[in-house]
Amino acid sequence: MVPLLDVQNLSKRFRGLKAVSNVGFAVPEGKIVALIGPNGAGKTTTFNLIAGVFPPDEGRVRLKGETITGLKPNRVCAAGIGRTFQIVKPFGQLSVEENVIVGALARESSVEAARRQARTVLERLGLADQAARPARSLTLPDRKRLEVARALATRPTLLLLDEVLAGLRPTEVDRMVEVLRDLNRREGLTILMIEHVMRAVMALSDQVVVLDHGEKIADGSPAEVVADPRVVESYLGAEDL
Amino acid sequence: MTRRGIVLLALLGVVLLAAPLFADRYVVSVLTTVLWFAYVGQAWNVMMGFSGLLSLGHALYVGLGAYASAALFVHFGIGPWLGLWVAMLAATLAGCFIGFLGFRFGVRGVHFALLTIAFAEVARIGFDHLQWFGGSGGFFIPVAGDAGNDLLNLRGSPTLFYYVILALVAGALALSRRLLHSRLGYQWLAVREEPEAAEAVGVDLFRARITAVAVSSALTALGGVFQAFYFNNLFPEQVFSMGRSIEIILPAIVGGIGTLIGPILGAFILTPLGELLTFLIEVSGLDLPGLKQLFYGVALVVIVVYRPDGVWPWLARRLGLVRQPGEDA
Repeated sequence: MVPLLDVQNLSKRFRGLKAVSNVGFAVPEGKIVALIGPNGAGKTTTFNLIAGVFPPDEGRVRLKGETITGLKPNRVCAAGIGRTFQIVKPFGQLSVEENVIVGALARESSVEAARRQARTVLERLGLADQAARPARSLTLPDRKRLEVARALATRPTLLLLDEVLAGLRPTEVDRMVEVLRDLNRREGLTILMIEHVMRAVMALSDQVVVLDHGEKIADGSPAEVVADPRVVESYLGAEDL
Repeated sequence: MTRRGIVLLALLGVVLLAAPLFADRYVVSVLTTVLWFAYVGQAWNVMMGFSGLLSLGHALYVGLGAYASAALFVHFGIGPWLGLWVAMLAATLAGCFIGFLGFRFGVRGVHFALLTIAFAEVARIGFDHLQWFGGSGGFFIPVAGDAGNDLLNLRGSPTLFYYVILALVAGALALSRRLLHSRLGYQWLAVREEPEAAEAVGVDLFRARITAVAVSSALTALGGVFQAFYFNNLFPEQVFSMGRSIEIILPAIVGGIGTLIGPILGAFILTPLGELLTFLIEVSGLDLPGLKQLFYGVALVVIVVYRPDGVWPWLARRLGLVRQPGEDA
């Protein structure tokens, strides 16, 4: 079966520095895949290569079998990939609802239809009571949820989440994990997530891909990956589990 | 807007409609100037206020609109209602060319602003040497005398021009409001706030920005057509000047960039103050060159320091003219 997302031999250099080197993995439809690794391992670069922020030097990205390598981010979004940003980027002066409306307008041509959809998404993420507030006034956990809401509103088939749990308190982590699991189980949304919170990675993901120094060092089930000596050495050993 | 805001706006509309009935010629001429700046301020606001594109060369579009319509009228007898289409087209093409250069080659922010200044300056110097447009000696539209009002050729009394510019302001307000609540408007705001995030939710940055430039330059060109037929004379040194470009953007900055009412309110604040200053200079006999520019500079500093979002958002909040975020409709 063709995986939903197929990443092959992806490489990217920045002024000679290899950020991502020959990375390949697949995200099967309906699964949650986690992308982990120490800081500077090339996780966000990999995300940006998939999302079209910059083109790869080598390699190919395919979504549902269609090559999307080198497409601009707006075309990648149209193809069905929604993303969040590690450093949240809300449309600060717009209201929370308007932020999500902009997302919904990716598939809707009428503002009213987009508004209805935005309300559904906000309800889902527990942001409905903040809908009228300016996005810049939200707390960090709410901004993270807004990132997810805005990406979801574009009705993606694949959601790329860049550290949406970082900086959240444990109860907030649990809440977000619940939302993500629900989206995955009930709506079959496929998720590729960069994550440092190992508790959430273990709880959520079907598959874990580990990057280190821009290279893939492990790829398998969460249990397999945490038992891998290379992973322990390069990443888990150095971090507080 | 709250009910109070709507009532106040309607009241202002009625007063402006009735103004020529009770105001003298001088007041009408000042109001015409106020409305002209309100109009071009709104046009500029589409680029800067809605889409975050700083243009410091909007005099270019005023000038192109003015010269195109005036030349068509003088050389070929083509009236302004036909000429304005050519005027808008010329300005839009120029705007899109500048936009294309800027957006294709990643010229952003202040560097984009420099690009807009450069083109306005090129036009200023260029038109100085274009004899078909009168060159540096100026281009003149024959004054009809007292042949009565001729709306078709925009020849007539100051009252006629007053109502034309009033209609333009109302039209620009309605158009701005409509655009802002459209899909395109939401995308403009998103691009203004966070281009990268906007692109990630499917907004074509180039298309969003270039349409903002097109709409803004076309609207501004209409202001140029009005200016040409109102003043009947055009000099490149004035029309395309850097100072004119700055005068165009001041009302929006003072009133509130990105707001619908801001540019209009700003024009109502700045132009009368400028007139008052001219009057004071005259009676006091204190003729210092550049005093008006100094005044505009001071006004700008005061606003930037005390009301960086502009007067309108503050005033609207204080008087309860707009709904506050979180308040129910």
